[in-house]
Amino acid sequence: MSKTTHSPDKEPVVTAQLAAEHGLKPDEYASMLESVGRTPTLTELGIYSVMWSEHCSYKSSRVWLKQLPTTAPWVICGPGENAGVIDIGDGQAAIFKMESHNHPSFIEPYQGAATGVGGILRDVFTMGARPVANLNALRFGEPSNPKTRHLVAGVVAGIGGYGNCVGVPTVGGETNFHKAYNGNCLVNAMTVGVAQTDKIFYSKAAGVGKPVVYVGSKTGRDGIHGATMSSAEFTEDSEAKRPTVQVGDPFTEKLLIEACLELMATDAIVAIQDMGAAGLTSSSVEMAGKGGLGIDLDLDAVPQREAGMTPYEIMLSESQERMLMILEPGREEEAKRIFDKWELDFAVIGKLTDNGRMVIRMHGATWCDVELAPLFDKAPLYHRPTEPTPPQAEIAASEAPLKASARDTLLALMGTPDLASRRWIWEQYDSQVGADTVIGPGGDAALVRVHGTPKALAMTTDCTPRYCHADPVRGGAQAVAEAYRNLITVGALPLAITDNMNFGNPEKPRIMGQFAGCIEGMADACRVLDFPVVSGNVSLYNETNGEGILPTPAIGGVGLLKDSTLAIGSGFKNAGDVVLLFGDTKGHVGQSLYLREVHGREEGAPPPVDLAAERRAGDLVRGLIEGRRLTACHDLADGGLAVGLAEMALRGKHGVALTGLDGADAGLLFGEDQGRYLVTVAAADVAAVTDAATAAGVPVTPLGTVGGDALTGLGGGALALADLRTVHEGWLPGYMAGDAA
Amino acid sequence: MKSAVIVFPGSNCERDIAVALEQVSGHKTFHAWHRDTDLPEVDVIAVPGGFSYGDYLRCGAMAANSPVMRVVKERAAKGVKVIGVCNGFQILTEAGLLPGALIRNQSLKYICKTVDLKVENTDSAFTRNYTLGQHIGIPVGHGEGNYVADEETLKRLEGEGRVAFRYTDADGVVNAAGNPNGATNNIAGIFNETRTVLGMMPHPERAFDPQHGNTDGRALFTSLLESLS
Repeated sequence: MSKTTHSPDKEPVVTAQLAAEHGLKPDEYASMLESVGRTPTLTELGIYSVMWSEHCSYKSSRVWLKQLPTTAPWVICGPGENAGVIDIGDGQAAIFKMESHNHPSFIEPYQGAATGVGGILRDVFTMGARPVANLNALRFGEPSNPKTRHLVAGVVAGIGGYGNCVGVPTVGGETNFHKAYNGNCLVNAMTVGVAQTDKIFYSKAAGVGKPVVYVGSKTGRDGIHGATMSSAEFTEDSEAKRPTVQVGDPFTEKLLIEACLELMATDAIVAIQDMGAAGLTSSSVEMAGKGGLGIDLDLDAVPQREAGMTPYEIMLSESQERMLMILEPGREEEAKRIFDKWELDFAVIGKLTDNGRMVIRMHGATWCDVELAPLFDKAPLYHRPTEPTPPQAEIAASEAPLKASARDTLLALMGTPDLASRRWIWEQYDSQVGADTVIGPGGDAALVRVHGTPKALAMTTDCTPRYCHADPVRGGAQAVAEAYRNLITVGALPLAITDNMNFGNPEKPRIMGQFAGCIEGMADACRVLDFPVVSGNVSLYNETNGEGILPTPAIGGVGLLKDSTLAIGSGFKNAGDVVLLFGDTKGHVGQSLYLREVHGREEGAPPPVDLAAERRAGDLVRGLIEGRRLTACHDLADGGLAVGLAEMALRGKHGVALTGLDGADAGLLFGEDQGRYLVTVAAADVAAVTDAATAAGVPVTPLGTVGGDALTGLGGGALALADLRTVHEGWLPGYMAGDAA
Repeated sequence: MKSAVIVFPGSNCERDIAVALEQVSGHKTFHAWHRDTDLPEVDVIAVPGGFSYGDYLRCGAMAANSPVMRVVKERAAKGVKVIGVCNGFQILTEAGLLPGALIRNQSLKYICKTVDLKVENTDSAFTRNYTLGQHIGIPVGHGEGNYVADEETLKRLEGEGRVAFRYTDADGVVNAAGNPNGATNNIAGIFNETRTVLGMMPHPERAFDPQHGNTDGRALFTSLLESLS
């Protein structure tokens, strides 16, 4: 490394103009000047600008996020730490979170998505958990958009490239296409890990004089200003931001997981935090700040990949696969031996102090000497104006009659972009490493055993953005309810969620109104379903050239199944089983995929969610699965009843003879009424199951019998599974191979 | 049956295969670190799946030259059974314990799914509990599983009955439709000359217990147990 030395007096003088270029608004810069008490150095400006960015400070969303329920007897740690922690019994905890990497993925899809996975993995193992599963929630532009194919290919390869190498199975997720994402795709990655409840690590530093230790990859110039980039709208020149995207190294991440978990088995760590957005800055500020302490950093000691880096660059770098720890004094050698074994850098780069200041030294000079507290205490907090979304008209099923036979309509729908099989995507993910995956991708919820125990964790990601756009309150509630429902279908008790709030520019009242509405709906659903939020992430400014995305509060749900052998799948299992529908069908076609795909109308009010009924149906289904009364279960969502039946048939490789549906209208067949499950039961159990449903106050409708190799009893004649499969499986591979969208 | 599994820093299937070995044998599997220069006396050595040293260059090329692989080669020469799965298969070819090489899948994409296989030879410690020609399903998960070898090598492998498993379609027919990665002659697994070393791309440890949805991999482990006890 060259011996370039920098000195603070050669750096640009900080001005209001330079502060504005760092994304600080005039009043924010004024507030910074007041806190610092003099003209800041460039390094100080850099640190303030990232800590006060939307990405790190949640300045637009904090006031709303407080409305979400975050507690329950099983919640060990709610929002505010690296990830949420829930008790899963036997001294074990599940630790999980979902996080977005939208902007980087749009600019550089492979690395953007890969490092999104890397970042969320670190958030989880930072807390002492071994990651056991990854999921994701992806939204792309419409298929006919010239960029969509490239983004799908890159994002999927990036998620796989990272997750497959670190050896964490990618077990579930969801993917949608919509023109609102043409200029701004969404890549939300979720990790679930398992820890011992007495071995959970937090980021709060304690102990004046204790060493600050840097481990992992060396620091380079990649990702500088990533957090700031994520806090502004995209424009035509966003391609020029490619250098702000980080580059991932999953092999190093794997080493880092193993080394950290090995060190965590000792009691040498006081606090630990990954270097995510805003890298060394946010990790050091958060650790010292939470502990009410100060921190002295010697940047000459930071392992560096490139020669001649300035303190500004080192503090703002978002190089991946790095962690910051506070160690117990005297344990450095022991810790270093572990990192040597895994061939990772290990450096003592500073110490905790009692003066409440952040002091940064390099090349014999002081580059930053500011009070720590204002970096988070005085971060801007905005009560931004909100404008409610106008209510949409309820659309009657009679307004949207079938245009073809039920059979032909179903066949066509099953091959549309939002309903076609995602096999092309998930076969590129290792969904089985760990050998504990009981239900992998392609089911309603994934199910992964807690290694060496009878227990299993169920997990899912869900959101219906077109509902949220039409009615944020209903849409927010629906996203939570659908996650709940998906966990129920495999027999799990839904425990908690993580939320990934993806929205447009919060400075626009209409967008902030969407945010507030979704939070309201989510909060209602969380309360009624006993399904609190334990972690989350907010991604705003998802706009390009002034066009916002659909409001997308992606929900990651986690549930517990005490005995994994109770789990059932969502495919028809046995010929002769009887198909029952639980829940009420009114025939709600507003905002349905049917209305959009068949009538070209993305209109109307989305289906309401009756949360009390949701809870009743959920408890009923879970009880029946625990009693081994059901043989398969599938919730009804996009596409409604007919699509649900087709999916069960395809997944189970059995047909079904339907009764009472010939002549049914579009509302009954394709309406998207909420709170419904399709279940199958052995013929001998029909009476008992029907009685149980009736006793629980859940409407039950028999629909037919499993068997054969076709769906029969729909208007328009038999629909052979082979034909259905060809259409359903054919769209995505064909599209990715270059077929016209 | 005593067993060891070789652990490289980027291995990620070592626990999975150890679970299978331990469940059939009742003995704890020894985990050997890549820098180890010796191994305990064992009957079976497993080289597991994963990304040995990141595999950013040629898969398994660095691992083949690691200290522990010298010991594996010595033991293999003495007839100790060696099974390499996925990355393990790649490493065994790079180490010269098996002929040929595994190159990028023809699709250029990573592929994870259960594939159909035909058991081509049951006269080995690894396959004796299968029936000849048996049609089984075992998951694969790899980006570089496309088996290639020169013509002379292929002729020998085929002529000497050293193809252990071949990819088939859902009806059990060996054809292009059933080939997930473009492997020459649909080869999914091969033996060395003495059939004491097996390399295979599919993961038998992922089709081991009923909750995997399929137990077709189990016979491989019970074969080892019976032939070694």
